[in-house]
Amino acid sequence: MSLTKRLATGGLLALLAGGASAQTLVYCSEGSPEGFDPALYTAGTTFDASSQAVYNRLVEFKTGTTETQPGLAESYEASEDGLEYTFHLRPGVKFQSTEYFTPSRDFNADDVIFTFMRQLDEENPYHDVSGGSWEYFNAMSMPDLIESIEKVDDMTVKFTLTRPEAPFVANMAMDFASILSKEYADQMMEAGTPEMLNQQPVGTGPFEWVAYQKDAVIRYKANEDYWQDGLPKVENLVFAITPDASVRYQKLQAGECHIMPYPNPADVQAMKDDDGINLMQQEGLNVGYLAYNTKQEPFDNPKVRKALNMAIDKQAIIDVVFQGSGQIAKNPIPPTMWSYNEAIEDDAYDPEAAKKMLEDAGVSDLSMKIWAMPVQRPYNPNARRMAELMQEDFSEIGVDVEIVSYEWGEYLERSKAEDRDGAVLLGWTGDNGDPDNFLAVLLGCDAVGGSNRAQWCNEDFDKLVQEAKTITDQSKRAELYKEAQEVFKDQAPWATIAHSVVFMPMLPKVEGYKVHPLGSHIFTEVSLSE
Amino acid sequence: MLRYILGRLLTFIPTFIGVTIVSFGFIRVLPGDPIIVMAGERGMDQERYNELMNQYGFNDPLLVQFWDYLTGVLQGDLGQSFVTKRPVWDEFFALFPATLELSICAIILAVMLGIPAGVIAAVNRGKFFDRALMSTALVGYSMPIFWWALLMIIVFSGTLGWTPVSGRIDLLYYFDNTTGFMLIDSLLSGQDGAFLSAVRHLILPSIVLATIPLAVIARQTRSAMLEVLSEDYIRTARAKGLRPIRINGLHALRNAMIPVITVIGLSVGTLLAGAILTETIFSWPGIGKWMVDSIYRRDYPVVQGGLLLIAVMVMVVNLTVDLLYGLINPKIRKR
Repeated sequence: MSLTKRLATGGLLALLAGGASAQTLVYCSEGSPEGFDPALYTAGTTFDASSQAVYNRLVEFKTGTTETQPGLAESYEASEDGLEYTFHLRPGVKFQSTEYFTPSRDFNADDVIFTFMRQLDEENPYHDVSGGSWEYFNAMSMPDLIESIEKVDDMTVKFTLTRPEAPFVANMAMDFASILSKEYADQMMEAGTPEMLNQQPVGTGPFEWVAYQKDAVIRYKANEDYWQDGLPKVENLVFAITPDASVRYQKLQAGECHIMPYPNPADVQAMKDDDGINLMQQEGLNVGYLAYNTKQEPFDNPKVRKALNMAIDKQAIIDVVFQGSGQIAKNPIPPTMWSYNEAIEDDAYDPEAAKKMLEDAGVSDLSMKIWAMPVQRPYNPNARRMAELMQEDFSEIGVDVEIVSYEWGEYLERSKAEDRDGAVLLGWTGDNGDPDNFLAVLLGCDAVGGSNRAQWCNEDFDKLVQEAKTITDQSKRAELYKEAQEVFKDQAPWATIAHSVVFMPMLPKVEGYKVHPLGSHIFTEVSLSE
Repeated sequence: MLRYILGRLLTFIPTFIGVTIVSFGFIRVLPGDPIIVMAGERGMDQERYNELMNQYGFNDPLLVQFWDYLTGVLQGDLGQSFVTKRPVWDEFFALFPATLELSICAIILAVMLGIPAGVIAAVNRGKFFDRALMSTALVGYSMPIFWWALLMIIVFSGTLGWTPVSGRIDLLYYFDNTTGFMLIDSLLSGQDGAFLSAVRHLILPSIVLATIPLAVIARQTRSAMLEVLSEDYIRTARAKGLRPIRINGLHALRNAMIPVITVIGLSVGTLLAGAILTETIFSWPGIGKWMVDSIYRRDYPVVQGGLLLIAVMVMVVNLTVDLLYGLINPKIRKR
């Protein structure tokens, strides 16, 4: 029996809070959240269940884009020198009233200060609660970046930075920056149960947390006092945790859920052919690449790298490894990101020309290693297979390839080494939709010996990227990043391989869903047609 | 009998110590640093890395870590999950009833079908029934659970629409987990149709999980029965003119049960292994999937605590099996 039939006939409507018209959206999620305090975690599955449903941030990403828009801050301004950001908070925003917490006041500056100070200040009583590993806050270098956070008045907060950093605003829209209630935190601390903050969340977001049965179901209901009029559109939201992709598809077909993420690539064609399913798709905010070690001979020569890039049949990789759920990458940033340089032309697949280029560069009898990741990632669903295809491609131009692999932790660690032997398959998924998060993090001089797996330090490129960091005007920054992408293409420290395509299957009656490039699954604007 | 039970209980102690060491050592033998795995592609600077290593106590010598773990265990503290930051103990007991409920249903199914199948096959040795049953059992035993489960879902839930695809109960039912056993909780909730929904959700996973033990029990029953049926006392019973049902059911089966009970006891281990896949496919919130996820995430406290608790469960089952031997065969308990 389908869900709607049951809703019409069943006697359980009262439990789902509401009358006969109560709309319950069921999302077959792919895994269990680690907890409900997003700042403690880095996994998208956790963010979907916490930050996107329950919380808001000062700045929000416009659903479906990487652009930011006002959230709990109505507006903000940056100082001339780019060192001070002042946020003007939205008045009249209420925290959710739940069975376990009733707020006595509206959202204000104290909540903002609490949210960040617990991550920043080691003396804060909440700093060590629930393990206190503020991974994303640390990964985005916030402790070094934030000089101070100041309450100007009840509705104004000023952040002072240690250096100009344009991506700061985008960082404020990230999940770790979700605003928590200081009042709730204080109550829990007083009651001796501070860890409840991570187990029974309270936020200002569109949905109010109701219950979580571990590994099975998460239940939410609409936040009646939500500050955005008319939202959320459904009255109840249920996450039915369903780890197996094929089973999710079966559940969708059986009407046991309305929408699901991450279909099995093998099922995508059947979904496209199925009239009972609406399949949305978009490029993911990620890139899969092969990073040469540009510090080693002969890979220190851009011509050699370029020649190898020309020998890779990327279309075959998209067909075989991604089974169609991928798109050829020509730039190091994905096409959904602002400043993506459309004008750049990809290296043509041309083994003959590649062979000649290698000869011209004086390279013969080259043998090299390709590192294949042992895990599956959106940007590379099967690294071993990808490496094998490259092995074949390279053998055509007379380059002998040995494929190596390590346990994932080892792999990440060893591939950082500057004297590493071989080219590494790896990738990246964007954190905040800012190009800096790809270009500086993965290719900047500072990241050599770390996340810059190509060990590539190019003065021209680095100068452009560093300069872009200090400017707050987005259009000016975009120009610099476009130029940086040209330098990258010319110097070819990586073979850019693919961006994944994200598919989102749903029943046709699901309306208003937008695929979000940052990977979040957001249901605020979703409704169900009758 | 009391002495027998006490004797059995005493063997618990060395086994328990052994299991503690193995569960502690197992995850540490695996390659992969938990903190690097946690950081992923994003990585982490050296300072932060050291800080976390200290926080989790990984910088201490192994013996010190073991001592901390052991003293914790003896005080009933299994530590906190690195990932969810919740006590391992709480997590285990939130999930274990689901696994137990499924396992009990599966084992009941396996016993109820497996023993009669074995008896029928033995009595009809070499005939069509025997061959058919034993080939089916062989197929069942060799069945890849993953494939089998998906096939069942596609046929019975997808095409025929008889059973729900996955989960423990229809999402529209919402009540407190008093016992953690859905069959009981759904009855306690007093909601119309909740119990029926829980039963319907149990059908497919129970069948899938029962498949391998069912095959093993059927084959074991058959061979044990065959052995017993060739004994002198059976011939005597036949000569006396007893009815075949009495011979097979009472004299033969009772004596054939010892190896069968052993196999049933051992199946509990198999069930836990099978539960990992069955739970993943049927979105069953049990400990199988929990353990696998923890191994991937190198969540040390969960892996070592979970292993320890599972081992204790298996030990309890084995003890029960030993006690059952005693009940069935007085010779054993007097030894």
